[in-house]
Amino acid sequence: MPRVAVAEAKPNLSPAAPFIEVESLSLFYGPSKALKNISVQLGEKVVTAFIGPSGCGKSTLLRCLNRMNDLIDSVRIEGAVKIGGHDIYSPDVDVIELRKRVGMVFQKSNPFPKSIYENVAYGLRLHGVKNKGELDAAVEKSLHQSALWDEVKDRLHSSALGLSGGQQQRLCIARAIAIRPEIILMDEPASALDPIATARIEELILELKKDFTIVIVTHNMQQAARISDFTAFFYIGELIEFDNTAKIFTNPSKKQTEDYVTGRFG
Amino acid sequence: MSEVLSPKSKVQSRHFRAEKFDFWSFFFSGLTGLATLLIIGILAVILINIIVNGWQGFTWHFVSTIPKKDFFDIKTTGVLPMIIGTTFRVLVMTIFVIPVGVITAIYLTEYAPSNSLITRIIRAAVNNLAGVPSIVFGLFGLGFFINFIGKNMDVLLHNTGAVWGQPALIWASLTLAVMTVPVVIVATEESLKAIPPGLREASLALGATKLETILKIVLPQALPGIMTGGILAVSRAAGEVAPILFTGVAYYMASLPSHLSDQFMDLGYHVFVLSTQSPNIEQTRPILYATVLVLLVLTFALNIVAIIIRSNIRRKMRSLH
Repeated sequence: MPRVAVAEAKPNLSPAAPFIEVESLSLFYGPSKALKNISVQLGEKVVTAFIGPSGCGKSTLLRCLNRMNDLIDSVRIEGAVKIGGHDIYSPDVDVIELRKRVGMVFQKSNPFPKSIYENVAYGLRLHGVKNKGELDAAVEKSLHQSALWDEVKDRLHSSALGLSGGQQQRLCIARAIAIRPEIILMDEPASALDPIATARIEELILELKKDFTIVIVTHNMQQAARISDFTAFFYIGELIEFDNTAKIFTNPSKKQTEDYVTGRFG
Repeated sequence: MSEVLSPKSKVQSRHFRAEKFDFWSFFFSGLTGLATLLIIGILAVILINIIVNGWQGFTWHFVSTIPKKDFFDIKTTGVLPMIIGTTFRVLVMTIFVIPVGVITAIYLTEYAPSNSLITRIIRAAVNNLAGVPSIVFGLFGLGFFINFIGKNMDVLLHNTGAVWGQPALIWASLTLAVMTVPVVIVATEESLKAIPPGLREASLALGATKLETILKIVLPQALPGIMTGGILAVSRAAGEVAPILFTGVAYYMASLPSHLSDQFMDLGYHVFVLSTQSPNIEQTRPILYATVLVLLVLTFALNIVAIIIRSNIRRKMRSLH
């Protein structure tokens, strides 16, 4: 299988200002250890991709970053996740505030059965925005930023469920960015979409990274190579290698990484 | 197909038999058809019998008159107090049963840890409650609501004489609520479970609390299902007599019920009274049929109103929000 094509190799740099610091993080589902002592530092306003075969823990780690794993009864965490220097698992952290700062887009688009406008406004209303002018402006800005405005501007109050799959996913992105998070977590956002819709989402991500820090889980290595600045390769709950995307795909340090990106397994 | 195979045939057969005649398929189709006919037949017999014998008594005078103590004279009798009584007790029941049923269902579905002891106890209690005979509910209502709560209310409020410590509309309604709450819980739970978890996740990921997610996303989606539970509860309660026997129904009241502490007359109970207390069954029979017809029409009307409200909600949900 040919090497994945990558744009010109960027110099080897760890993220200059680490924004998300995962320190010796382990996660247990009951007795079984799903994440094994993960330590990694992700930079600000860059795109970091998590890659690896199914079941390697990349989605689990992603969900640790906004504490969505709290929703599962049997989950236990050891270690720390620091965002902006503060451990998000410390007892004084308000999970609601955390999720305002760290948004999430899911694999299967999940718009609310409300109008397009109400979907985007949902988060804003949650956090106290009532003024109609403010809401209108924020909704419009988010829909522009997620490249959906032109397609829906005449039917903002029609049901979100009437949109196509790709449009619904862009709506979910608009909904997430409406509350201006600092970080956007994306869990295989394009895996349920056709190639054209996927390409639009990828273009969107490259635009969004100017304003947001993005962490994306993807099965699609070409996608990771195309849009990410840094890539982390996981295998059975362990972080095998983390580096510039260019280096991971052209000259990885570990043999396991090389085997995976060249398609020898997974 | 046959047209192609036999172009000269003037008879255009449109059936293409893919398989040869299968006796067992035919037999079971036949059984299903028979079962359907049987059920429709039984319903038709009951309804036609009632309508044929009751429609003549079903006059405006009949449904709008408060009868005197002698209900057995078709010219002067009426069922207005019974209609009011039945309607009120069902409505008051609904006010209690829906919130309690919905909140219990929300707890069981959204909050209760899956296998804890408390959850299992609640579920067992709900299931067993559904199996209790109606007359036992009546005795429960008497012992708990009237003799315990009612009498103590009278003491606390310094009432002279029994105001709350006796059969009353409120106690009958509460007894009915206890009886029908399992139905509401189950219907609500089913509709909550039908909501995909992705919607809840999306809401939580935007920084909503669990309660906000339930109030803004989950409950609105579950509303039609909750109403179904309400409709089932209303249908069951409208026709029940045993639970209200000791808790509120009266043989005769000269005026319409106006307070929650009043007793009331009831259509179902009145049917019993007419059947057993009548001095002249020939004379009473038309009144009896007419009363039954009124009860059916009332139950039907209550259901129709609820169904219309539910389908309006569904329609609004399907279009915009």
